[in-house]
Amino acid sequence: MSLLELKNVSKTYDNGEAVLKGINFSLEKKECVGLVGESGCGKSTLARCILQLASIDEGEILLNGTALHNKNERKLKPYRRNIQTVMQNPTASLNPKLKIRESLLDPYLQYGSQAVLKHFHYTNETKFVKQLMEAVELPEELAGRYPHELSGGQKQRVTIARAISLEPALVVLDEPTSSLDILSQSATLKLLNGLRQQLELSYLFISHDLSAVNMMSQKILVMKEGSIVDRFEQEELFSESRHDYTKELISLYQ
Amino acid sequence: MEVTAKFSKPTYKTISLFIVIGLIATVAAYTFLFLKHDPSFVNLNERLLPVSLEHPLGTDHLGRDVLTRILLGSQLTVGYGFLALIAAVAIGVPCGIFAGFKGGLLDRFFMRIADAFQSFPDTIVAIVLSGLLGPGIENLLIAIVLVKWVNYARLVRSTVIVERQKDYISVAKVNGLSSWRIMSKHLYPHIIGHVLVLASLDLGKIILLISALSYIGLGAQPPAPEWGAMLNDARPYFQSVPSLMVFPGLAIVLVVLLTNLLGDYLRDKFDVKKELSS
Repeated sequence: MSLLELKNVSKTYDNGEAVLKGINFSLEKKECVGLVGESGCGKSTLARCILQLASIDEGEILLNGTALHNKNERKLKPYRRNIQTVMQNPTASLNPKLKIRESLLDPYLQYGSQAVLKHFHYTNETKFVKQLMEAVELPEELAGRYPHELSGGQKQRVTIARAISLEPALVVLDEPTSSLDILSQSATLKLLNGLRQQLELSYLFISHDLSAVNMMSQKILVMKEGSIVDRFEQEELFSESRHDYTKELISLYQ
Repeated sequence: MEVTAKFSKPTYKTISLFIVIGLIATVAAYTFLFLKHDPSFVNLNERLLPVSLEHPLGTDHLGRDVLTRILLGSQLTVGYGFLALIAAVAIGVPCGIFAGFKGGLLDRFFMRIADAFQSFPDTIVAIVLSGLLGPGIENLLIAIVLVKWVNYARLVRSTVIVERQKDYISVAKVNGLSSWRIMSKHLYPHIIGHVLVLASLDLGKIILLISALSYIGLGAQPPAPEWGAMLNDARPYFQSVPSLMVFPGLAIVLVVLLTNLLGDYLRDKFDVKKELSS
């Protein structure tokens, strides 16, 4: 059984614009699937639908075989801890009024003893925060600061620490490096790769940057105007059988 | 220069604020330690006495000590002002949070009620409501709360609408936080500063409203030593004994000034303007 399975997922905005058109794909455990496409093609909307932040009009979204799309917030809660996210803008992803420590503890405090963790160990709040900060290679003292006192790269590491704090099965990475400088981008990708192996996570890596997607993912999906137009294994990127749109994207990055 | 300006302004405001608070504290201490007259005791032999050691602010047309009445009136005017403010905040803030966060039908329902209340000036609505409910301080308070909660509901709703669209609220949902936890943990810190500033500025307006409506006979009823009612009582003696109107008037001015200073101080402290402009 696949960890995440999307069957014929479609969504239309209120103004009649079809933003997702019959999306089908599956994501296995410990796998990273890349989703690439230009801005406005529906990548982030798809991420929001998978995260159950937006509804779908047709199709099914299954996590370990359980349908998520038809559940209300209360029934959804036990499943939420298994799908976490890192969003594009780390500044907007952290509440500016809360210290880093409080933001980091947010997910754990919701599940408490229900969260059986393999790699992190909860003895008290301070030790738990320390482990999370170490996991994302940040100094522990930053936990006592407010988000505006951290750099963009540090803030993104905090959002990554928060996303992995419950050791979820799947992390949806929605353009996690696009608002960072080149050096931070490369360090963040390296960190994400290391964490995936260490914590046995699965990623849905969404980006418009084909090189980043190719570096991170075993399988790559190419999205255009709400549809998946091409899908292939990492090593098949330069194959002649690629879709014309994929070739166009490749040419832009060469 | 910029640093000096940044520090000198709040310090000046802080000092003025604490001077006025000190003055009020002295008055309060005097009330408890030295009050020797009954504010309602009528003594026609001592009516309209001038300022003396026995009656530091003189006596009114019924021979009651004016200082005693002003001091005890502070409990009525300021106390009821606080009560009305707390009730308005307690109703307005939750309504604003729910309407802003949940949106949809609930939002439209609350906001149409708010629109209805805001279609007329505060004072007019308060006069009509307290006129309908009948004279008396309790009815006046109900009228003021009904008028004032709308401001808090609107302010909080607009702040919540801006915040709820931000990514950290989406992440909080993904993290499994209930709506209640999102409102109390994530949204509350964003609204508390705005609410405190508005409340401190509103306190002065509410005190003025209580005094004004008591002055026209819709609020506190005789013999309650409410400042507005005292002004009304002193009206016939305005030309012969002007101090009867001047002292309660000064008390109102002083308290309203204090609430404005407090509002300024809180606005600097919470940096609401800077936050709004950013």
